[in-house]
Amino acid sequence: MAEIRLLHELLWRAAEAWPAQVALEEEGGATITYDELAALADEAGEALRRLGVRRGDRVAVRVPKSIDAVAAIFAAMKVGAAYLPLDPSAPAERNRAIVRDARVSAAVLERRSADPLRKDLGEAAVLTLDGVGRGDGLRKALAEGPRPGCPPALDAADVHPGEPAYILYTSGSTGPPKGVMISHAAALSFVDWASQTFRPECADRFSSHAPLHFDLSVFDLYVAIRHGARVVLIGEATGKEPLRLAALIAERRISVWYSVPSVLALLVGYGKLARRSYPDLRLVLFAGEVFPVVPLRALQSLWPAPRYFNLYGPTETNVCTAFEIPPTIPENRARPYPIGRACSHLRTIVVDASGRPVPAGSEGELCVSGPAVMLGYWNRPEETERAFLETAPGERWYRTGDVVVENAEGEYEFLGRRDRMVKRRGYRVELGEIEAALHRHPAVREVAVIALPDDVDGLRVKAFLGLSREPRPSMIELKRFCGEILPGYMIPDVFAFADALPRTSTGKVDYPRLEADERRGSMVERCSSA
Amino acid sequence: MNDTSTTVDSEIGEAVKSFILTEFLPGENPSELGEDTPLITGKILDSIAALKLVGFLEARFGFEVEAHEADFDNLDSIGRIVRFVHSKLRPTHG
Repeated sequence: MAEIRLLHELLWRAAEAWPAQVALEEEGGATITYDELAALADEAGEALRRLGVRRGDRVAVRVPKSIDAVAAIFAAMKVGAAYLPLDPSAPAERNRAIVRDARVSAAVLERRSADPLRKDLGEAAVLTLDGVGRGDGLRKALAEGPRPGCPPALDAADVHPGEPAYILYTSGSTGPPKGVMISHAAALSFVDWASQTFRPECADRFSSHAPLHFDLSVFDLYVAIRHGARVVLIGEATGKEPLRLAALIAERRISVWYSVPSVLALLVGYGKLARRSYPDLRLVLFAGEVFPVVPLRALQSLWPAPRYFNLYGPTETNVCTAFEIPPTIPENRARPYPIGRACSHLRTIVVDASGRPVPAGSEGELCVSGPAVMLGYWNRPEETERAFLETAPGERWYRTGDVVVENAEGEYEFLGRRDRMVKRRGYRVELGEIEAALHRHPAVREVAVIALPDDVDGLRVKAFLGLSREPRPSMIELKRFCGEILPGYMIPDVFAFADALPRTSTGKVDYPRLEADERRGSMVERCSSA
Repeated sequence: MNDTSTTVDSEIGEAVKSFILTEFLPGENPSELGEDTPLITGKILDSIAALKLVGFLEARFGFEVEAHEADFDNLDSIGRIVRFVHSKLRPTHG
């Protein structure tokens, strides 16, 4: 068999090897086999080609996770374009900014009345789906779409593995989100590593919990498809409801689960897991944030059979280190488990502030090199430049921004960030993006946002506001205002008002002082309530 | 009859309001949070906050909330929550 060079080839290979095997299963129970999915993606690709999509283009896909959405992303890659998944539930304004930044040549959209995104698509061709599910929305749009005889199709063959397969937008430190470009070769190197490590089989049933704009979805889709396994697509609403999720995992006989730890913690806390049995579950993988030991131990006691892995990696590299959690977590362990060692397809080093490698046991920034590393940020050459460290000519390392230490066992332990990015429910949140949003409120003169550790929720985001006018906006109004600009996981938990923010001698906001004041304040609260 | 249920409703409403203010809007002026203030669509309750609220309702009022009940219709305002709690406490009107 010829070597797979491009990410989407996994689907057509699977359609040859396992044509009648179910590829995707939707929550409602609808399924599609591998040969049907490949045929649908082929047809959609042909439609995109007729709409003028060419090799090197970008195709936005704003379609709730479904057979239709998965077929659309394969179609985009098949014609040589990179797919750009948009969060269907993100505020319209955020998706508009992304579409403008990415300069897409086409978009596959679920129809909405008075869709504000349309204005930003300019000349881009649009394939509109009336309703989504079972592939029917896509089939209907294709049946009504441009007929043969439209502009001649250029052959998209000869796409190079180094060209982008997809672009995922993540939180940007100064406000607008930025697009991480991942090549076919990079994605495939990750898929190969995951295949060798977890040995999936065509009888496996993978969960697809993460949304398509989140890089965990790359594992769910492509690792499963590479092995002819079944992907059980979990919609956004169910994904947040622990009782329904627990039922789905049991009833759909999920064997490979992958999500952020906070979802697993919700299952432990609210999913009533003990009501059911889960005999098929053999692998529980988590990534995106630290999993506190208490809920992890509780999960392991409810689900004793599967193997558990802590996977670590930013969108820019996908998973780059891994650690297998021991089968029994000692009662006295309180510290979170390490993020582990470098995956076999990548190399890692830890460097000090000046970029020099530090010895094991010393803190430093984790840097990653190898085939899975991103091409760069779309249309942001300076940020791309800053993201890499060159230790020798041609030796380029992606700087994760994560501070780690290599312990005596040779495993990396995650210590924190060197910048103002935090993780909430596994999502990257640049505190600067929240500040930029709040600055747009007409009553806000100055703003500082900090994140504080919280025993229950992991992290609490607090915004300090200096106002330019009275009356002071209510917190309810501020939350609603943020909700129009930012995704839900970025909305501050708490707002506080200040006459003036503390500043350093150079006039910058004194974040360490704000954080120290908060820690002192919460100690006083604790002491006074005790 | 009406008077009794109004008192019960206002007790439920006060308990729910106090929980929401303490947990999700610390420092907010209580008069800003009305019976019809949208909680989910107004971004005051996200999915995790809604689960905490459900946990509070279960513990405080002694019933179990089923998965299909923890939704927008029952939780998007204090008024809706009060009606929901009331219906759980008095499932039949016969």
